[in-house]
Amino acid sequence: MRTRRVWSTAALFVGALVFLFPFYYMVVGSLQKKPDTSILGALPLGGLTFENYTAIDSRVDLLRSLANSAIFTGGVLLGTVVFGVLAGYALARLHFRGRGTLFAVMLLVQIVPFQLLIIPIYVLVVRTYGLADSYLGMMAPFFINSTAVFVFRQFFVQLPEDLFSAAALDGAGEMRILWSVALPLVRPAILTALLLTFIGPWNEFLWPFLVTKDQSLQPLAVTLANYISNIAGRATNPYGAILAGAVVLAAPAVALFIAFQKRFTAAELSSGVKG
Amino acid sequence: MTRRATPAFTRVLGRQPLGIVFSAPYAVFLLALFAYPLGLAVWISFHDYFFAAPGAQVSRPFVGLDNYVAVLSDPDVRRSFVNVAEFLVINVPLTVVLSLVLATALNTVVRARTFLRVSYYVPYVTASVALVAVWLFLFSKGGLVNSLLGPLAPSPSWLVNGALAMPVIALFVTWKQMGFFILLYLAALQSVPRDLYESAAVDGANRFRSFMNVTVPGVRPATTLVVILATITGANLFTEPYLLTNGGGPDGASASPVFVMYQKGIEQGNPDTASAIGVVLVVCVLLISLVNRRILERD
Repeated sequence: MRTRRVWSTAALFVGALVFLFPFYYMVVGSLQKKPDTSILGALPLGGLTFENYTAIDSRVDLLRSLANSAIFTGGVLLGTVVFGVLAGYALARLHFRGRGTLFAVMLLVQIVPFQLLIIPIYVLVVRTYGLADSYLGMMAPFFINSTAVFVFRQFFVQLPEDLFSAAALDGAGEMRILWSVALPLVRPAILTALLLTFIGPWNEFLWPFLVTKDQSLQPLAVTLANYISNIAGRATNPYGAILAGAVVLAAPAVALFIAFQKRFTAAELSSGVKG
Repeated sequence: MTRRATPAFTRVLGRQPLGIVFSAPYAVFLLALFAYPLGLAVWISFHDYFFAAPGAQVSRPFVGLDNYVAVLSDPDVRRSFVNVAEFLVINVPLTVVLSLVLATALNTVVRARTFLRVSYYVPYVTASVALVAVWLFLFSKGGLVNSLLGPLAPSPSWLVNGALAMPVIALFVTWKQMGFFILLYLAALQSVPRDLYESAAVDGANRFRSFMNVTVPGVRPATTLVVILATITGANLFTEPYLLTNGGGPDGASASPVFVMYQKGIEQGNPDTASAIGVVLVVCVLLISLVNRRILERD
């Protein structure tokens, strides 16, 4: 039994290194003056430089793109935490007309591929609402994350009923119960849901790519993709600059994930998904 | 307003009408950005629809199935569906088998659990665009993969080779999404009863046998979910053919339906045929999901 476990652990380590290698190579490549694709070139041996970072920054406005990504993501997080928590609470705890329908539609949203909707949403947001090249247009389709609403609902459902009846007996209104009784208890769940929500808009490419033609509004995923497909051919060290941009795009999500990795355990999520 | 709601009031709005207020913003969001566009997608696909200047009065006549006929007889569209089928044939089985095996191994491991988990999840939390950048570098003509392979390197190289472009994309997506599916399986493994493993051990089953006879049936509902979600991810494929193979190349060999939708709908200004592609795509996904459920959940 013990030797078997050693073998499976060893296999897992080898797999983990394979999974991580592209990340390592991203960083090494971004620091090389000239792209070295030989086998030894994968080792960080001398000739390392930050030039690629200044190169990508001179081609695309890195800070501006990062700020756009932050605004786009921040707006979605705000919409999700405010309106998503309210909706999740209502779906879990309040009896009102239309609750069943709303719950069913929330589940349906998770199954219908977003890409089916890009044409009509493009028609609506860009043509009808006139929101092309605006943060609002960028955020609109993601503004309240339905998966997060579902997670919020599951956590509120699990809270013991006695808690609520006790608070109601004390004369607390629904708003008061939500704010001072329910919310403090589900705070860790909210953090988990927000982390899951974060990676959506931060990493999203297709929608902001369609809706923003104005470079000064594009989030980093879009500016980097445009750099890859249009400009890279003319740069002196295109891969170096592309990889430097990739590191900047990947770093915030990876750092947040590592900092809060405990929240991504199976137990944490399954307690949210079991209803 | 009286403190006590009248029965009629309760009957129309429910016992706690405050719920309507709480969920109103979300309901409006779903109506405006999900339900209405969903209906609009179907409506557009049955009409001669084109982009017009805002406020202009244009007629968009009903054309029945014309857009669907145009789409289904278009070789580019057919090609993209064949491409995505090839993608799914590689990606879905690989995803199911690898993520279940890895989750089972991760579930028993005691040492360096955190490091291992983080390693497998991290591609999932990273932007496709950033990861595509490294793969472009790794799989380019003079890239590291070809350096390692030496004389065995394929010619033409991976991303510009019609036979290899789609498999490379399938491999990329498998790697990128694996963490999420491992997470799903890890959650499912927690609910497989321990005594089933014990009785399998008493019956003299080795590790492989108990994996096949206890674990695999034990996580079957999760497998249905993994297959359906992996299929949906595959149907949504866009960023990878757009960036990794430079616009569905070579010569359309890696064009996905969503990429063709983008070309036809936005670049060439034919939202009607693009919507028809979308509807066909979703119908296909639903059919695959139903068949999956039938096959995976039968006893």
